[in-house]
Amino acid sequence: MPLADGAPLSRAPAADPAGEAPVLEVDRLEVVFDTRGGAVHAINGVSFSVRPGELLGVVGESGSGKSVTMMSALDLLPSPPARRTGGAIRYQGRDVSSMGPKALRKLRGGDIGFVFQDPMTSLNPVFTVGYQICEPLRAHLGLSRKQARKRAAELLAMVGIPSPEARLDDYPHQFSGGMRQRVMVAIALSCEPRVIIADEPTTALDVTIQAQILDLVRDLRHRTGAAIVWVTHDLGVIAGIADRVAVMYAGQIVEEAPVAAIFAGPRHPYAAALLETIPDVEGERPERLTTIPGQPPILRAPPAACAFAPRCAHAFDRCHAQNPPLADDGTGHKAACWLRPETVAAAEAGEGAR
Amino acid sequence: MSLDAMPPAAGAAPAPAGSGSRALLKVEDLQVLFPIYKGLLRRQVGSVRAVDGLSFEVRKGETLGLVGESGCGKSTTGRAILRLTDITGGRVELDGVDVAALEGGELRRMRRRMQMIFQDPHASLNPRMTVASIIAEPLDEHMALGRKARQARVGELMDAVGLREDFASRYPHEFSGGQRQRIGIARALALDPDFIVCDEPIAALDVSIQAQVVNLLEDLQKKLGLTYLFISHDLSMVRHLASRVAVMYLGKIVELATREQLYASPRHPYTQALLSAVPSPDPAREASRERVILTGDVPSPANPPSGCRFRTRCPVAQPRCAAEVPEFRKLEDGRQVACHFAE
Repeated sequence: MPLADGAPLSRAPAADPAGEAPVLEVDRLEVVFDTRGGAVHAINGVSFSVRPGELLGVVGESGSGKSVTMMSALDLLPSPPARRTGGAIRYQGRDVSSMGPKALRKLRGGDIGFVFQDPMTSLNPVFTVGYQICEPLRAHLGLSRKQARKRAAELLAMVGIPSPEARLDDYPHQFSGGMRQRVMVAIALSCEPRVIIADEPTTALDVTIQAQILDLVRDLRHRTGAAIVWVTHDLGVIAGIADRVAVMYAGQIVEEAPVAAIFAGPRHPYAAALLETIPDVEGERPERLTTIPGQPPILRAPPAACAFAPRCAHAFDRCHAQNPPLADDGTGHKAACWLRPETVAAAEAGEGAR
Repeated sequence: MSLDAMPPAAGAAPAPAGSGSRALLKVEDLQVLFPIYKGLLRRQVGSVRAVDGLSFEVRKGETLGLVGESGCGKSTTGRAILRLTDITGGRVELDGVDVAALEGGELRRMRRRMQMIFQDPHASLNPRMTVASIIAEPLDEHMALGRKARQARVGELMDAVGLREDFASRYPHEFSGGQRQRIGIARALALDPDFIVCDEPIAALDVSIQAQVVNLLEDLQKKLGLTYLFISHDLSMVRHLASRVAVMYLGKIVELATREQLYASPRHPYTQALLSAVPSPDPAREASRERVILTGDVPSPANPPSGCRFRTRCPVAQPRCAAEVPEFRKLEDGRQVACHFAE
């Protein structure tokens, strides 16, 4: 059994992530929602991967498809209305969609932990917190009631909840927002997952509590070596914790790069504009905030042109005619914009191959 | 823009914000307590001290930022000033008139001068009313306008907030979040108020839309000489908008200073912790800066700690903090701080 009593949650410490094989891969994922108003193409070919010990930040506005991507990766979207129309998700090289229901159940909450946005609606109000932490421990690891309870108390202690033994018998409403989110983190960590998907885990929290949770995640990451996918709309949060950042717009990744590179020199006009619109508590204070005119599109058909072109200050003819592919410039900095030479080169190579 | 044609509010010449201009709103020792009832006889056993002795003023034409975490009483303060929540004690003076003491028709007349922009544009607009009837509701309530005049005024207001007039007969669900907030702003402007409480007006909006709404609020302020109380938990947006900032913790103001003072050198330990907790969109600075991470949660306002209310989470608390309530005093540079040790 991997869980010796009282053993600290630890695997190999986070080594250089670049050298290892990705633990979770999403490959050209496409998701369509069938709504009364017609089909909505929510995800249009999203690809990313995370390696052990790595933290990938996924940023975008509401409706950009960040949550849908993550839910779809674990086959958690209700169908109908959601429909996966293309792409593959691989966990440790194995295709998730070919797994049977039993293997999939083992994956969810077992090898892949999930932290949802709102701790009030994702914890069950009629069960004690202890019961809810013990549930995955008993189901996935086959621990006895007693062992599971002991482990649950350890997990609560690890995420920084005072007097964990006693708090196991409390119900979710007896915890504050920050404490509830810690419980969610404890549940996600309970089976020593290799991947943690965190969907806006601090959005509902106050800044001082958010700072506590971010601190906790930085610490846990180094102790457990798990890969983390952190979904958020807050660029500030991403700057502080991520190794790599993927920026999503209209169901596509428009830029992906190491965190320092993207904040120092964003290449996609959307990423650049997003960085400019947010004010800061330090540094220069602009007289007027930069805005991005217009609104994100609702895609009734897969994008035939650049989805950002109607709002883009730099758009030219090709942007309105052809959808730019995401291309790497050789340093790991990827962008999908016709202004970038690597995108143009990738498009030519793609056409040649076809 | 057609707003130039608006009847100017009494003395609404856009006054520059600053120490020179006079106070439009004066709040003295404002208190809002919510009773707690218990037992068979529903006896009052205590009270939630949501707002407990606030004093501040908002000068004509300026924006005062009111920041704090959820549950600190900032929204209750805004609602109490507009008399949307019953005031337990204290004075709220708008242009010399004590709003807290007004009743009936007098209060109704005063309401024209003070308006509110709400947080959630989905919840604060009636889904069964058209945009025109939403914006005209305050007009119907307070003014007897003819059909033509009413329609013209609605058009003018929609134009002022950047909505197309031909949307007037549409319903709120046909609009995006940012546009809905514009409808809420148009409604708040309908009666030509002097003073507007903005209660987290951008919290429910996407980042790229937030900036549009903030710029609109700034433009309207310049054009109409509006005075804002801007309630928010977003410290970076408050830094952009407000000329002075009040920081609240558990029903009390702990620090009140000009924007420059507050962000450059916060003096209260809570302000310092709050500012250091805001993540910065700059990885280099994130990696290098010192964080003050507060432990624990905000205590219950039904049973606040003795002495200084922040002492249970304060990194520099002393025995004296438990015994003595710190005075909200003025420092040499003009700012006000409620801490025994701030200098």
